[in-house]
Amino acid sequence: MIQRNERTGEPIDLSIDCAGIRSPNPFWLASGPPTNTSGQVMKAFDMGWGGAVWKTLGDPITNTASRYGAIAYQGRNVAGLNNIELITDRPLDVNLREIAEVKKKYPNHAVVVSLMVETKDEWRDIIKRCEDTGCDGFELNFGCPHGMCERGMGSAVGQEPKVLEEITGWVMEFASIPVLVKLTPNITDVLYPAMAAQRGGADGVSLVNTFKSVIGVDHETLSPIPSVGGEGTSGGYCGPAVKPIALHMVTSLGKAPEFHLPVSGIGGVQSWEDALDFLLLGASSVQVCTAAMHYGFKIVDDMILGLEEWMRGNGYTRIDQFVGKALPNYKDWGDLNINFKIVAEIDPATCIECQLCYAACEDGAHQCIELPKGTRVPRVIEEECVGCNLCQLVCPVEGCITMVERDTGLPRESWNERVAKGTAGAGSPH
Amino acid sequence: MSLAADRLETLLPEHKPALTTAQARAEAGRCLFCHDAPCIKACPTGIDIPLFIKQIHSRNVLGAARTIFEANALGHSCARVCPVEVLCVGDCVYNAKGEPPIMIGRLQRYATDLAVHGGTQLFEAGSPTGRSVACVGGGPASIACAHELIRMGHRAVVYERNPWRGGLNTDGVAPYKMQAEESLKEVEYLSAIGIEWRVGTAVGEDVTWADLEAEFDAVFLGLGLGTDSGLGIPGEDLPGIWGATRLIRAIKTGAGALPDPASLGAAVVVGGGNTAIDAARELSLLGVPKVMVAYRRDVDAMPAYLHERGHAVDEGVEFVYRTLPLAFEGNSRVEAVRMTALDQNLEPMGDPYTVPADIVAMAIGQARLIELLDQVENLEHDWGQVIVDPDTGQTSNPKYWAGGDLANGGAEVVNAAAEGKRAAHGIDGWLRGNGGT
Repeated sequence: MIQRNERTGEPIDLSIDCAGIRSPNPFWLASGPPTNTSGQVMKAFDMGWGGAVWKTLGDPITNTASRYGAIAYQGRNVAGLNNIELITDRPLDVNLREIAEVKKKYPNHAVVVSLMVETKDEWRDIIKRCEDTGCDGFELNFGCPHGMCERGMGSAVGQEPKVLEEITGWVMEFASIPVLVKLTPNITDVLYPAMAAQRGGADGVSLVNTFKSVIGVDHETLSPIPSVGGEGTSGGYCGPAVKPIALHMVTSLGKAPEFHLPVSGIGGVQSWEDALDFLLLGASSVQVCTAAMHYGFKIVDDMILGLEEWMRGNGYTRIDQFVGKALPNYKDWGDLNINFKIVAEIDPATCIECQLCYAACEDGAHQCIELPKGTRVPRVIEEECVGCNLCQLVCPVEGCITMVERDTGLPRESWNERVAKGTAGAGSPH
Repeated sequence: MSLAADRLETLLPEHKPALTTAQARAEAGRCLFCHDAPCIKACPTGIDIPLFIKQIHSRNVLGAARTIFEANALGHSCARVCPVEVLCVGDCVYNAKGEPPIMIGRLQRYATDLAVHGGTQLFEAGSPTGRSVACVGGGPASIACAHELIRMGHRAVVYERNPWRGGLNTDGVAPYKMQAEESLKEVEYLSAIGIEWRVGTAVGEDVTWADLEAEFDAVFLGLGLGTDSGLGIPGEDLPGIWGATRLIRAIKTGAGALPDPASLGAAVVVGGGNTAIDAARELSLLGVPKVMVAYRRDVDAMPAYLHERGHAVDEGVEFVYRTLPLAFEGNSRVEAVRMTALDQNLEPMGDPYTVPADIVAMAIGQARLIELLDQVENLEHDWGQVIVDPDTGQTSNPKYWAGGDLANGGAEVVNAAAEGKRAAHGIDGWLRGNGGT
């Protein structure tokens, strides 16, 4: 069925162009186990994915068992996933044959090839051979934080902006198709490697790769997890748990005036809502791996249908109409309005009397909720409430605690404005 | 047509009320999003249940409704009336895990309520083909067929002999699952796509089959079943003896002079199917203090769903097995049922006895519409059950299709919806091929 803009009746078009790489929708499979073979990628395209970044090609490696560890949180498996799997373990010519086969069958889908090699000659050679497959672009894996970095590749490159810039320069010299540089988040400020990629001539960046992590320790064997025969090592962390950090990094590039490259957003996308967050903060395509590893390719149905429904309801017909549209609302802390006031309100009709809000406010915040005698329903002491909204976050009943705006009668004013006026100082009795 | 405001069903509260948004989100979050999900396979209309639940969880609730209606136009009523315990919910993998299965029916209701109560139309009529189809009988099968036909660009006209629309969804569903008003809302919502109605029009009486054949390119038969069957025993014409579907129709629509159940002392329901349980539970919930279900076979042979029997027992309904009424007794109206116990070979044993009964519901099956069907040329049927092609729903008369109780002998609303849709595609294929030219 055709989705149409509610107001104009125009059909909704999900197609995108990210750094010159076009695809029928913004949902790409990220480089990883789901894009290991042509069988997987073709199945994914048939099921609705718009693009795929092929599992990183390079000198084939040998993997360990096990390779994954995960955090389960409150009954949900894989809130965060750690892996120590390396790049492709399949021969290069097999991968190249399969990439060509996919491109031939799916000319309109995006097939981006992830690469990781060492020397300039190796880069020249692999780029030439890959371009013969008809692939749509490259993604330079300067992000992988486990195994390959010990061999001077992956995040070892991403953490050295000068090296990153130099290798990117080589690639740009050899490549005739768009090049994305995939960034590691294991750095102080992602703008450094992003600027290095820009200086090196890249067409765009993709971020984030995984976060260096140890899932935990097996309390019987004392092996770090994931465990390889009783021993473990740090792996790359991804999945829903990392999305806020990834969003921060995507946003910081979107806000940097000196950075101009298109962005492919990656990190914990499980639903259309997650994808939309990345798009609104400036990504022009979104890559997904963990959700596909958890639920299979079918997860893309919700992403496509949900994004279309949101576009329909909000009057959009093309993705580029809203990419980056939330960025103007992102400010430095010093520019936020410190005269804006909200207070918590508890709805006694829906309160289930768990008193989690009380415990959180009393012990963990600003002691603005009391327990009146004769009832278990907590009461907000409005004159004390600082509007932090911790109580709302811990309340298990959606809609029971609302944050209500109070007119302070004061004009909009930021900390920076106060400093400029010389009126800055301790502003609150708390 | 508006229903009687004082109809008895309004006294019965819903047994599975609507979920709040918070409840729906929490329940949706429990779904495991199974691969090749057993719940989908258990659904006769094949709704992509994990997808719509994921959509509820990702706050795309209208999208969830779209996913549901794409597979099953009657998804709004099915959410309420489906025996989910033996379909999708019964096959949820959580059962094997020893945890409560996902409340699929109630989640489905959460999504469809938003669309139907908000009047948000999610589908539009296809480009007109100039072809038209008559759907005979105004229940779920015909509505599903007509809705699908219109989406494919055909004109569809539904004939209904009753003054109200919706068939058994309106006048036969247990009120604690869905009240008549909700069914009428659904009919209104679905009809907005362009379904034309000719209510109060009995085909075979008010219009002939020849009239339909002259006006339409194809005919869909969704007539359901006929009147309640009787036992043919003495006293069966005494006032107070009701066919079960007629009794339920009276409770739901106010049609028929039903005594105030609270004034009745005892009821006997004869039969062992789901209609018997519905009638017994409705009488019991309406205040009849003593309700007995008399079934002629053993408990294991009882066709009614186990979960429904469990609810009836919880509500105080008494069950007697291997028991057969011999006669109804009373002066001006029924007062007692004379019964006998049956032995293992279902032969009478022991002395007959009587139990008091101010009202009796006969739930031993419904008559077939043999005479009516015989008016249609070359229409093969097996004693009133129309024989259809299992892929297309086409009958032996190439201009006729059938679905629902008339073709399956009596099943669920969801089966009727699936068969109505199947026929719509059968008709569409036939019309776009050489058919009807």
